[in-house]
Amino acid sequence: MKTSQIIFAGFGGQGILFSGKFLAYNGLIAEKNVSWLPSYGPEMRGGTANCSVIISDTPVGSPIVSEADMLVVMNNPSLEKFESAVVPGGKIFVDSALVDMKVTRTDVDVYYIPATKMAGDEGISTLANMILVGKLLKESGLFDFSNIDAVLDKIVSAKHQDLKAFNHKALSLGYNYEG
Amino acid sequence: MSEKVLMKGNEAIAEAALMAGCRHYFGYPITPQTELTAYMAKRLPKMDGVFLQAESEIAAINMVIGVSAAGKRVMTSSSSPGISLKSEGLSYLAGCDLPAFVVNVQRGGPGLGGIQPSQSDYFQATRGAHGDYRTIVLAPDSVQEMVSLTVKGFDLADKYRMTSMLLADGTLGQMMEPVSLDVGEITKYDKPWAATGTKMERPKNIINSLSLIPEELESWNLTRYERYKIVEENEVMYEEYMMDDAEICIVSFGITARVSKNAINEARAKGIKVGMIRPITLWPFPKKVLCEAADKVKAFISVEMSMGQLIEDVELATRCKKPVLLCNRCGGVIPSPQNVMDSILEADKIGGEQ
Repeated sequence: MKTSQIIFAGFGGQGILFSGKFLAYNGLIAEKNVSWLPSYGPEMRGGTANCSVIISDTPVGSPIVSEADMLVVMNNPSLEKFESAVVPGGKIFVDSALVDMKVTRTDVDVYYIPATKMAGDEGISTLANMILVGKLLKESGLFDFSNIDAVLDKIVSAKHQDLKAFNHKALSLGYNYEG
Repeated sequence: MSEKVLMKGNEAIAEAALMAGCRHYFGYPITPQTELTAYMAKRLPKMDGVFLQAESEIAAINMVIGVSAAGKRVMTSSSSPGISLKSEGLSYLAGCDLPAFVVNVQRGGPGLGGIQPSQSDYFQATRGAHGDYRTIVLAPDSVQEMVSLTVKGFDLADKYRMTSMLLADGTLGQMMEPVSLDVGEITKYDKPWAATGTKMERPKNIINSLSLIPEELESWNLTRYERYKIVEENEVMYEEYMMDDAEICIVSFGITARVSKNAINEARAKGIKVGMIRPITLWPFPKKVLCEAADKVKAFISVEMSMGQLIEDVELATRCKKPVLLCNRCGGVIPSPQNVMDSILEADKIGGEQ
């Protein structure tokens, strides 16, 4: 019986909710029980945004994540707010191009990825979020990386099929990032 | 079974309503249910349906009355303050014996309150507006159940010529879960009472809630309550979770029932025998199973996001045979599994055999 609880947090517009949705769809395709819960309200108008994803072998009880196994943060306030929510031994993924704070916890694994800079350098500046997700997939071993195209097929709308290749590129960049 | 997709609760309700044959939606946007309205705005025009964003909630519910009187499946949806505005119309629907499906994705109150999840419209949903009448109240605890209870809600409304209300909350409305949209056969009901034109072939159907003759109005009420009695006998729904050997019984619905399940699993791991009866219909309330449970357990815990509303029905149903503890948060705050655990530990202290 395994349950993974993940929090994604950052500014509205960084693709925080989409990142969570991508991970949840990975769970759906892998026939796991999943839930995705966004913050809603003023966040949607450009403030801070976060979402909680649960992936489990057993039915998901409460969809609210108060103790996260993994945390992905894309701004300082998010790190401040959620650092303490990570369980000992958990993993924190930080976009170090945007977050200048350091994780103060010593009982968690921390990965600093300059995702927003990498995305800009590669001409995919809106996909820093997916670079972080790529790294999460690598370090968590949650899902088979070869499934990503099947997942992208599900969540990228018919109108934006051209974006699939860019998402694939971003995920690969993160997956292969050693830093 | 059809392939599962990830859907938000609000969108799943809308899709299920379309599958149930609803082609008329009247509403006014309000957080946290707006995705439902938006989904209908996108889909209904392509299905020869009617989507209308009314000038107010009051206008929307009166449009619902009109379409229902014409014999068509119709719905509206809102969140707490909006449902208050619709209350007058809900009473008129009952007085006219018209079917309707109404969704309340609750937020914290009273007044404008907040936009975070709440269950504090329990009294309003189960007790209703002015006059003697009842509303069938359905309380889903998952996106999948939001689909099945929407289909069920339309069915019960037509079957008993009543309003059925889906009582959800901001969390359920906003969250995504895998959902199957396989809803099975939809039953169609004859509506010989509908005001669809006589074609000079039958007497007029009159849809009206006004009578100035007390004896006549009383007889309408009595007839209506005979129908409500059938609903109470036949349509109660609930889920029992780990109740076989339970010594403590949690009563909770919707999102707090899910939080409670986490706490129950944790308590069971510590050897505390706790289970849950989760009402799925809040009216008719599962009185019988709760009354029977009162002979077996030593205490009940009402877990709710309100200041003690559900607990009143638990105390009535169990006839106060055993203590009922209240575990609650309100104003948009969701109780944590730890909050529930604390109440379980307190209930566990209640002494020995009774």
